[in-house]
Amino acid sequence: MINVENLTRYYDDFCAVDNINFEIKKGEILGLLGPNGAGKTTTLRMLTGFLRPSSGNISVKDFNIQKDLLEIKKLIGYLPESAPLYYDMIVYDYLDFIANIRGIESNKVKERIRKLANLCAITAVMHKSIGELSKGYKQRVGLAHAMMSDPEVLVLDEPTSGLDPNQIIEIREIIKEIGKQKTVILSTHILSEVEATCDRVVIINQGKIVADGNTETLKQAGGKQHFLNISIAGVAFDEVKGLFKSFNEISEISLINHDQNILNVKVKCISEKDIRPDIYKKIKETDWILLDFHRETESLENIFRDLTKEN
Amino acid sequence: MKAMKNIFKKEFKAYFVSPIAYIVISIFLIVTGWFFFSTFFLYDQANLRNFFGMLPIIFSFIVPAITMRLISEELNIGSYEILLTLPVTFIDVIGAKFLSCVAFIGAMLVPTLLYPITISLIGDLDMGPVIGGYIGAILLGSSFSAVGLFASSITRNQIIAFIVGMTICFTLTLIDKMLFFLPKSFLGFFQMLGSDFHFQNISKGVIDSRDIIYFLSVCFIGLYLSNIVMEEKK
Repeated sequence: MINVENLTRYYDDFCAVDNINFEIKKGEILGLLGPNGAGKTTTLRMLTGFLRPSSGNISVKDFNIQKDLLEIKKLIGYLPESAPLYYDMIVYDYLDFIANIRGIESNKVKERIRKLANLCAITAVMHKSIGELSKGYKQRVGLAHAMMSDPEVLVLDEPTSGLDPNQIIEIREIIKEIGKQKTVILSTHILSEVEATCDRVVIINQGKIVADGNTETLKQAGGKQHFLNISIAGVAFDEVKGLFKSFNEISEISLINHDQNILNVKVKCISEKDIRPDIYKKIKETDWILLDFHRETESLENIFRDLTKEN
Repeated sequence: MKAMKNIFKKEFKAYFVSPIAYIVISIFLIVTGWFFFSTFFLYDQANLRNFFGMLPIIFSFIVPAITMRLISEELNIGSYEILLTLPVTFIDVIGAKFLSCVAFIGAMLVPTLLYPITISLIGDLDMGPVIGGYIGAILLGSSFSAVGLFASSITRNQIIAFIVGMTICFTLTLIDKMLFFLPKSFLGFFQMLGSDFHFQNISKGVIDSRDIIYFLSVCFIGLYLSNIVMEEKK
């Protein structure tokens, strides 16, 4: 459906997007993940034709972005970051304008607007001017705007920013619903969002793709290492360190905190083997009081942090 | 073409939903009305020469005030990104914004039609210069709109857009008035650059292709430069 090849974009001397390649299949929900300034928005802006790539190529279906930009724009519905709509227009007028420019037949415009207003729950604000709306409502109007022509590809730049938790869940449901038939690309820095909505994740850092795959494979890729959280009472940190020294699997022991005689430590293991039984036996030999002992499942968050760490 | 029509409609409406249209039109009518009629009865002549005489100077202030928000505002709030990712081309956007401004200037000139109507009632008005004057006013307004659109495309600050636009329009109006210190050989050349010179020709009722070509070229240059500036932003 969408093919991105060697895409690069410079802002003067600064390289925002550096030679990235990926492919999106029809009906896929792709999450573009990355820290601030990683190049997510720049990538999406090039995809939607707002920015021109410095080099590289994008093709959507059989259309090429250099030659058939207008055709590509017709296929894509786009919600820019923070939904910069025309503030002095009334919501209904605005959607009417978009419907006309998107080439919806004039006898179907009303019906289409009504349907989208219901879907995005903006019926109550249809006659307010956009500038008066709260951030959440603006975002919803933006979503209605993006879906106006029932586009084959929906590009959403941080679609849930500024929404309250209920609205976030609603919007996610809408995105999932759309994603059954359409291709959706969304950028975000909220990790739970990706886990909840996306089929596939592309993690970008400093303009480069550092990971690409579905959430499960990403977790497994980082899964060789895992963490154990242990809380013990009545012992000093150095003693714990000394006791665990004998394990080859443990690469690092770090102190989380030590208050009121309770010691919380985090142990990093670099093997797939579960060494909890051995650790427990070791602790049993001492007179320490074990209060808490659990394995931290590798979360997307940890993978994300590892991949996007500042070097 | 359809996209251009839709953007045009939206832009033209936008003038009238905000107070800017009413303020600009009122100022225009008060200023022209005052200066025109304060001396009209002293001259005791049934013509509109005084009215058309001051149009280039007044347009130099008024037109940049109309055009200043066209692109600057979009750049400022970011709606530019929405507009350009709709299935439209630069030509649609620039053309529609330009035409909406020209249409607005047309609407602004409509109430002044009362002047020739009243004058023709009380005296013997020669319609040639009046028709020429209105054609000239539209041409002059169009070329200043193109200049103002360009000024608006280079900055996200509307005030800067206004000042830049006004400076260029003012220079075009006054350039042939500042020539007394130049050698005679330059005179003809600089006179050809002055919009006031060409406008006064038309408003005498003589529609010369040279004057029309002058205004059309100013329009073209202004729009072409706006296009380049917008392309650069991509």
